Amino acid sequence: MTAPKTTSTEVATIRICTGSGCAMNGSIAAADRLESAIAAANATDRVQVVRTGCHGLCELGPITVIEPGNVFYPKLTEAKAAQVVDALLGDGQPVSEFLYRENRGGDPVVRYQDLPFNHIQQRIVLRNCGVIDPEDLDYAIESGAYEALRTVVTTLSPDQLIETVAASGLRGRGGAGFSTGQKWRFAHDAPGDEKYVICNADEGDPGAFMDRSIAEGDPHSVLEGLAIAAYAVGASRGFIYCRAEYPLAVKRLRKAIADAQERGLIGDQVMGSDFALHIEVREGAGAFVCGEETALIASVEGRRGMPRSRPPFPATSGLWGKPTVINNVETLANLSWIIRNGAEAYAEFGTGTSKGTKVFALTGKVRHGGLVEVPMGLTVGTLVYDVGGGCPDGTTCKAVQIGGPSGGCLPAELFDTQIEYEALAAAGAVVGSGGMVVVDEHTCMVDLARYFLAFTQDESCGKCVPCRIGTKRMLEIVTGICEGRGQADDIETLERLALDIRRSSLCGLGQTAPNPVLTTLRYFREELEEHITLKKCRAGQCKELACFEVIAEKCRGCGICKKVCPVDAISGEAKEVHHIDTEKCVKCGQCELRCPFEAITHV
Amino acid sequence: MSECSCTSSQSPEFDATALEAILSSGSTVEGALVPILQASQDAYGYLPRPALEMIARSLRLPLAEVYGVATFYAQFHLEPRGKHIVRICHGTACHVRGATEITDVIVGELGVEVGSTSEDLSFTVESVACVGCCGLAPVVLIDGETHGGLSTQAARRIVSKLQREQTQ
Repeated sequence: MTAPKTTSTEVATIRICTGSGCAMNGSIAAADRLESAIAAANATDRVQVVRTGCHGLCELGPITVIEPGNVFYPKLTEAKAAQVVDALLGDGQPVSEFLYRENRGGDPVVRYQDLPFNHIQQRIVLRNCGVIDPEDLDYAIESGAYEALRTVVTTLSPDQLIETVAASGLRGRGGAGFSTGQKWRFAHDAPGDEKYVICNADEGDPGAFMDRSIAEGDPHSVLEGLAIAAYAVGASRGFIYCRAEYPLAVKRLRKAIADAQERGLIGDQVMGSDFALHIEVREGAGAFVCGEETALIASVEGRRGMPRSRPPFPATSGLWGKPTVINNVETLANLSWIIRNGAEAYAEFGTGTSKGTKVFALTGKVRHGGLVEVPMGLTVGTLVYDVGGGCPDGTTCKAVQIGGPSGGCLPAELFDTQIEYEALAAAGAVVGSGGMVVVDEHTCMVDLARYFLAFTQDESCGKCVPCRIGTKRMLEIVTGICEGRGQADDIETLERLALDIRRSSLCGLGQTAPNPVLTTLRYFREELEEHITLKKCRAGQCKELACFEVIAEKCRGCGICKKVCPVDAISGEAKEVHHIDTEKCVKCGQCELRCPFEAITHV
Repeated sequence: MSECSCTSSQSPEFDATALEAILSSGSTVEGALVPILQASQDAYGYLPRPALEMIARSLRLPLAEVYGVATFYAQFHLEPRGKHIVRICHGTACHVRGATEITDVIVGELGVEVGSTSEDLSFTVESVACVGCCGLAPVVLIDGETHGGLSTQAARRIVSKLQREQTQ
């Protein structure tokens, strides 16, 4: 934790998260209540409330941490706020019943950093997230923001800067994993007076929210990174292309730009030098494909976001035909740390080819989901079990889906795979942007493959045939398998189609679209074959393969199911146990959905 | 633009004031089309045809290109939308935590299919790829306000509440 705003030891700081997740859980009202309670106690000079960005542990939100003492209160609602302030101003002891407990009735974990979730984390990118007030430039500056940019513009030449970043081993965190230093080198060496830098904040992977949290929690780190990139390649204009689904991130980035400009940190003379940089935010309009570089460029130019074939690469011919560097939010947020601490310090984290840390969005069937930053090279299992605490409710972890629609599912047997670009690629998954969704035995792997395929199919821009038609055909086959129409030769057709699409699609979206299906074929073939030959879904998720039953002990004979059944497959007298005729049943699932006593289940 | 009977009859009361302001302030920016469409949709709730025509004239673009861009992006709507917008998140985390069941409940309760609007323009139900609140899956947004950690029962409750508010 960085030092609070004033140095007086009398002062306590209450940090409450107001990121999207915690705000949903009522943190704004809770923060207001904290402030009013402090004001009512005439203690505004002794206790300050800081509204921070995302800590990452969203499901325990609103997250509140009090310094000194690093006291952690999960789920700090408006109702609890006054009591917390009273205790702080009274004997200073934490309110015991509000503290976090791993298990009901267990000993409380008082300090935030002692949570198992926080133990293994190594926060470089997220260094300020959850610590500073993201809308307060002074706070960011006290925490070291723009120091690196000053060093860069006053002491380094673009060449030296590119060398430093190349030496750090930093690779693009958006998915492709291309060397950042090398990318800059191409754009730097490309002829042209006018060059552009773009921050790619079009985080489209479902199940990923790293970039949102960084942009919301520490927007100045993104701006500073973009300014450093601009200096390296010689650009005087920068754009941040942000998803429209992230209104808070857009708002904070715009405010950060205005504040930094007013202070001369960016603008006509960056830090008083002759380096000029103007940055503006462009909002995306809801198209996944715009995360692809050339599609993103088309979108910023005001056209349909369709990719084009490369070369020429954007580094030589990008936005409006000028050399353009596009870096992801997380990549940029690493830069100021690298400049301040040196390339060697950064390269000490990670493995031979994958340096530094990576932020993951750990979600799904996991006890402690949220945003985690770990050094590269840890195993998948460490992340799932040690950081995430495994699956909740005593279920068994079956697999983890890494990399979203471009990635794949790793089965639990492969949880000792290292998290690094090459090892994950060899296993059929990708580091990708960092979505990591844990699934348990109640998740059907065929249905999950269908889910991702339906997503990419829907988001396919339609420009090239393999992606437009190929993914459609694959989706039809996988849907057929999920709905009990699977044929013996489906697997072979899927494999052939998958490889053809991978080889012949125009852009990354199409080339990686078959990955979820390919990993299901590789690791969960048995489950897939069961769907086809036995018409059975072992997870009980594919409704068309399920058999609906009334649980006699729970049924009260209310007759609702009988009424909603569209094919009159349910019989039974009032107040007596009802019965489902499986011959007649069309498996629509309405009875299960509408039963007020949860007395209908499917197996 | 030549006279065309199908355009003027659609929205005879189209009030161009807001759009004129948007065009006068934003049409000189490079790549202005998408930001202008966004601002227009903010002002009108959707993109009526007369607006698309005015934008095309002002930016000196073929109407087909403006239409092409407006229909390419999921954010833009060419039809009026409901007073209340229910958006069901279908991100991966929401999917594995039961977004499909939540969708069935909401569609059943409101009687509005995903991607459509009720006839009385009260409700629009749509699915959204991911709102980035995966830690709280499954998530539904009602008029921009996020509701997380939903069970089917909870989803039914919030939708019934919305219906009651609408009828009152």
